[in-house]
Amino acid sequence: MDRKAAEIGALEKENETQQDQEEQVVNPWEVSAKEGGKIDYDKLIDKFGCQRLDPSLIDRVERLTSRRAHIFLRRGVFFAHRDFNDILDAFERGEKFYLYTGRGPSSEALHLGHLIPFMFTQYLQEVFKVPLVIQLTDDEKFLWKNLTVEECRRLARENAKDIIACGFDIRRTFIFSDFDYVGGAFYRNMVEISKRVTCNQVVGIFGFIGEDHIGKYSFPPVQAAPSFPSSFPHLFSGKDNLRCLIPCAIDQDPYFRMTRDVAPRIGYHKPALIESLFFPALQGETGKMSASDPNSAIYVTDSEKDIKNKINKYAFSGGQDSIEKHRQLGANLEVDIPIKYLSFFLEDDAELEHTKKEYGAGRMLTGEVKQRLIEVLTKLVERHRRARAAVTDEMVDAFMAVRPLPNMFN
Amino acid sequence: MGFSKEQFLARLQELQIEFSQYEHPVVMTVEDQAKYVGNSEGGLSKNLFLKDKKNRFYIVSALADTKVDLKVLSQRLGLGKGGLRMAPEEALGEVLQVPLGSVTPFALVNDSARNVSLLLDQGFKGQEHCLFHPLSNDMTISLNVCELDKFLRSIGRDSSYVDLEANPPVGKDNPPDLAALVPSDSIVLPDLPEKAASLQAPPKAHVVSDNKSTDTTAKATEPSRKVKNVKDKPVNSVQPSSSFKDVGQFVEEILDKTSALLLSEITEESIKQHGQQLGVVVSNCIRERLASELKTDTTLYMQTAYTEGFHVARKMFQSTDTHHQFRCL
Repeated sequence: MDRKAAEIGALEKENETQQDQEEQVVNPWEVSAKEGGKIDYDKLIDKFGCQRLDPSLIDRVERLTSRRAHIFLRRGVFFAHRDFNDILDAFERGEKFYLYTGRGPSSEALHLGHLIPFMFTQYLQEVFKVPLVIQLTDDEKFLWKNLTVEECRRLARENAKDIIACGFDIRRTFIFSDFDYVGGAFYRNMVEISKRVTCNQVVGIFGFIGEDHIGKYSFPPVQAAPSFPSSFPHLFSGKDNLRCLIPCAIDQDPYFRMTRDVAPRIGYHKPALIESLFFPALQGETGKMSASDPNSAIYVTDSEKDIKNKINKYAFSGGQDSIEKHRQLGANLEVDIPIKYLSFFLEDDAELEHTKKEYGAGRMLTGEVKQRLIEVLTKLVERHRRARAAVTDEMVDAFMAVRPLPNMFN
Repeated sequence: MGFSKEQFLARLQELQIEFSQYEHPVVMTVEDQAKYVGNSEGGLSKNLFLKDKKNRFYIVSALADTKVDLKVLSQRLGLGKGGLRMAPEEALGEVLQVPLGSVTPFALVNDSARNVSLLLDQGFKGQEHCLFHPLSNDMTISLNVCELDKFLRSIGRDSSYVDLEANPPVGKDNPPDLAALVPSDSIVLPDLPEKAASLQAPPKAHVVSDNKSTDTTAKATEPSRKVKNVKDKPVNSVQPSSSFKDVGQFVEEILDKTSALLLSEITEESIKQHGQQLGVVVSNCIRERLASELKTDTTLYMQTAYTEGFHVARKMFQSTDTHHQFRCL
């Protein structure tokens, strides 16, 4: 598998140089589909060299955890992985692992797309009973955006509150901001990593150019370091063999391809990944939601009225132009955004199937589907807001304190 | 209790802050104040007590001549175009604990104002002396800006001097330049009258979720919680629910939700429909509908408890100069 990845890495370098506007672009800083189309996930899996999460793996998770699989697994939201099998094998043998995920705190406004990896990670933590580290890459935002250091650090703390509201177990979770935590053992790992990655490689993986400032070039090791348990001596001292599982959106894959390439050379397990699709924008599936366009997404601060308005006005419908035509031809489920959103968030499998069937046949109208979606999203956002309101600065301090987590595996 | 004028002046003297004081009849406007102290060498100040839509408060203290545009300030703080407005009268008493017409940076000496953000006109720096009310508008004190800074430091505050007349562009590539001055906590005022319509903060800060089945019963059994579920504008400035610290309250809420759901599920119809099986049906329904909400609530409860424990432990081992006051035996 690694040879394949390396091969593909090399191929990628070539592709990058001949890339015309025809190809879809997926990297940590840009996601866009081919001209007017949608993201081709099969091609992506192929190009990146990761693997599809097949139903047998989902069954295995259910058996190992004695719990129904999370909706994001059942509905194929988390659809790709690297070495997730190895994690499950080890778990079956009684070997634990830890979870690692993160966020780049670029804005105060979080939308549903941002919550997805956190909601899934919370489920993984709960069913596998494992510790979790959450990295807030405030330094990355400073390097890539026009923000001051203070602003980035402030945003990191604000975002931490929304993350905490997703219900992580404070007894097993360590949240840290790069500006506060980088140093010591973490930094030693960063330097070990940087010595094993060439400039040409980062240019090939991330598309950096000569005019980019050196901060960008030196950032990737920061996001790679948490994949290694020795980066957290206060948590995993003496456990160099501990495996790491990284839930993330698939655009983060390049960082971890690089990390997996380096891992064996510094004596650690390669981190495993479990990757999600992009949450489509309200206007349709041509890319991912943008924090700068408020109408492309549902925000966790949106009121019931906002949600209703946004869904009704902006959610791209696959329904037909007129009722007659709709009753005759049915809706185009491929492009219909409300159906897509429901598949992410409507828990009841039977109800979703029924809705798709009726809507696809033209017996249910767009209005009804949208109404149901509004209900579902409002409930979700309300619950998040309620939890968020209970998160105090003291709680953030506790989550972010460099402290031992006894019983983190129990 | 808030500081009285005398207590405050005594504090200034304790801190050895240099100032001059002028007594005069009560003045409600800067113009009136100018009549009595306008000829003394000093920049007269105008002080605005403002609030944003999320119940966060600000004091903007500026030279009387400085133009303050609330719309611009609102954008610079990242609150959008119409985010700032004058705070209601009640807030003056509750938060600043000063009478009407006495807004002053010195009100920050009161603990109730600890979450109020202070914006100072950078124009003050260019003045020999500046004139402010010492918590009461029947007196004006004159002091140099350095003395003001000294005072603010003594109450653990930074002095944030701002060019209040500046109007920088705010947009995607230009984040609001004053965003750091927005307080991190909102202040919930008890029994806010109908006037402040769009944002009603319930006294016990208990947010009833939009779960239709829990609404009626929850309100019936707890009349003291005046929850006004304002349609279309849910309260987004709610302080953490105290039920996450109080076992009794927490359990009450769980039982409220459960019994509300139970009662709503047992109707003539459902009895007819399920007969003897109704118990099983309702039991499953409760489990299904409440499981995730109760999980969220309990997680919050646990997080709150842990946080408290963490901070106590930190305090115990932080101060080395308490002669090992706290010890683990």
